[in-house]
Amino acid sequence: MSINSYLDKLGVLLWKEIRSEFRGQEILSSMLIFSLLVVASFGFAVDLMDDLTGQVLPGIIWITLTFAGILGLNRSFTAEKQNDCLSGLILCPSDRSVIFLAKTVMNMLLMAIVELVTVPLFFIVFNYPAPPYPGWFFLALVLGTYCFMIVGTFLSALASASKAGEMILPVLIIPLIIPVLLSAVMMTKDSFGLMTGGTDIYLKILLVYGVIFTVLPLLLFDYLLEV
Amino acid sequence: MEKNRFTGWLEKILAWSVFLSVLLALYLALVYAPTEKTMGDIQRIFYFHVASAWIGMLAFLVVFIASICYLFTRHDKWDIYAYTSAEIGVIFTTIVLLTGPIWAKPIWGTWWTWDPRLTTTLIMWFIYIAYGKIRTSLREEEKKARLAAVFGILAFADVPVVFFAIRWWRTMHPGALVTSSGIGLAAGMRPAFFGGLLAFSLLYCYFMLLSVRIERMRAEIRALKEEILN
Amino acid sequence: MEIAPGEFVACFGPNGAGKSTTLKILAALSKPSSGQVIIDGQDIQENSLALRRRIGVISHNSFLYGKLTARENLEFYGRMYEVSDLDRRVETILDQVGLILVANEPVAGFSRGMQQRLAIARALIHNPSLVLLDEPYTGLDEMAKGILNTILKELSQSKHTVFLITHDFDQGLEQSDQALILVGGKIVYSCKPRSLSREEFRLRYLKLAGGGGI
Repeated sequence: MSINSYLDKLGVLLWKEIRSEFRGQEILSSMLIFSLLVVASFGFAVDLMDDLTGQVLPGIIWITLTFAGILGLNRSFTAEKQNDCLSGLILCPSDRSVIFLAKTVMNMLLMAIVELVTVPLFFIVFNYPAPPYPGWFFLALVLGTYCFMIVGTFLSALASASKAGEMILPVLIIPLIIPVLLSAVMMTKDSFGLMTGGTDIYLKILLVYGVIFTVLPLLLFDYLLEV
Repeated sequence: MEKNRFTGWLEKILAWSVFLSVLLALYLALVYAPTEKTMGDIQRIFYFHVASAWIGMLAFLVVFIASICYLFTRHDKWDIYAYTSAEIGVIFTTIVLLTGPIWAKPIWGTWWTWDPRLTTTLIMWFIYIAYGKIRTSLREEEKKARLAAVFGILAFADVPVVFFAIRWWRTMHPGALVTSSGIGLAAGMRPAFFGGLLAFSLLYCYFMLLSVRIERMRAEIRALKEEILN
Repeated sequence: MEIAPGEFVACFGPNGAGKSTTLKILAALSKPSSGQVIIDGQDIQENSLALRRRIGVISHNSFLYGKLTARENLEFYGRMYEVSDLDRRVETILDQVGLILVANEPVAGFSRGMQQRLAIARALIHNPSLVLLDEPYTGLDEMAKGILNTILKELSQSKHTVFLITHDFDQGLEQSDQALILVGGKIVYSCKPRSLSREEFRLRYLKLAGGGGI
């Protein structure tokens, strides 16, 4: 299969995802409302002294994003299960990894919207100044989200095979993304100017993780889809 | 029948060697090994703690290898190996997670520290419990085996990344505590250390043999039930 | 066994006889534990990408997205199969299954019969030369059955190969050139249904299927 037709298929699948999501907006709206609720809850549950906020905020941001992400991932393959659409997709003459990549891109898109709304709100609610290294902060968000979503999408495909999928998905995802969570929090903290050097290693960990967990799911996705 | 008799013998020999080597390991660890000067008797837990950690790691490596073999060959036996090894691995990592804090409290003055080894073990424990959750949440045997194998491969790839991430995090973090690598092994302690390792390795093999047999019986019962129902 | 191009084969069998498995293997969804499927001299496992383009599957599941409209569903699958001149093809096939008036309605609101008609259109959007059907009559109203039969007739007249799995003797024997009975994963009987009355076939089926395994 040529790269052009691969990208074509990716586009078609993405068009389908976006069409059906923005007609009902079930997933996005739940993710948004959930994360707004968490922002508000943290706001009054964690009453912080000024000098502590910066230490805690990165963790709070990433925990919120993690749970909002899992909420969305739970629904990622639901539409494919209705009417057994997944079989319809598998029958199509294309490499099956494209199905996985399209889902990953879609999930990243949803996360990007959630982040765009909630992350600024965190700074407002906690009355914390904008990070002094915005580029680094942005990089942490992008890389962290990518690593999270590529593993998350794969595991959500795996969990959707089971009736108890929504129960087991968080249990599968969280231990596997511990390195991502840790590195992303550290990079975020660094972008607040609160670390004293040596944080390049977290960027490297995210990159290595990103490579490993892009290659493995692509190799293994065919095995998930067997009927 | 011939094969059954052979495994029956193997089982008996293994059972006896487990029994003897555990006795020996207990003697070596509790009596033979000298008392550590600064830590005192509590240090003796270390022989079982480290042996369990090694066996846990070995068990998860077996899950990884058996999972790959399963996906390539689709032979049920690899699935059984992967599953039983994961189960046993969880038991041994549970021992690590229990003995670690018992040792750490008097020595480091705290039950838990985010030591890279201990933390990686904890995450591994979570990961392989999740592996078990996948299996219990699925009905169809083939699907169960296939999805578990996929997760078994993914999970093991995660372990080294977790370890390095946490090691970096700890060394960067202010006030990092002493890591367990600080413990040197005096010559007199070596027999106890290797004795423990030998006993636990044999125990692992014995558990594997028994659980594999149980799983085979289960499969047989399932097949018989299906036959009756049809 | 061999199926000639343009042949219409109907396959019967009791539950658990391996009918659906057979279909999945023919559609390159599952790997056979032994043996191979060869279409036009090409092994389906080795050339699955090229061959999948020529296979259409109609199952009792519709493979349709409830939130998308009928037209969007067809456009989506059409583009996945790289159908040329897609717009016209979508219009023609919507007309053929009688859904042109509801083309812009979301599929979730369709009746079972309408969904099944759209599922037929979906499976045929890329004009496959081999059509596989898995219990397509389940849940169909009389009108949908009629449409399905008309389409199947047209398909076999225009030299499409059809492989139909069903419980429904009347519908299955009506058009087929060859009828198979599958028990325990094996073809235990095959015949030309035109040489046999329906009642004779039914008796033979009951004998073979009922006696399976004992």
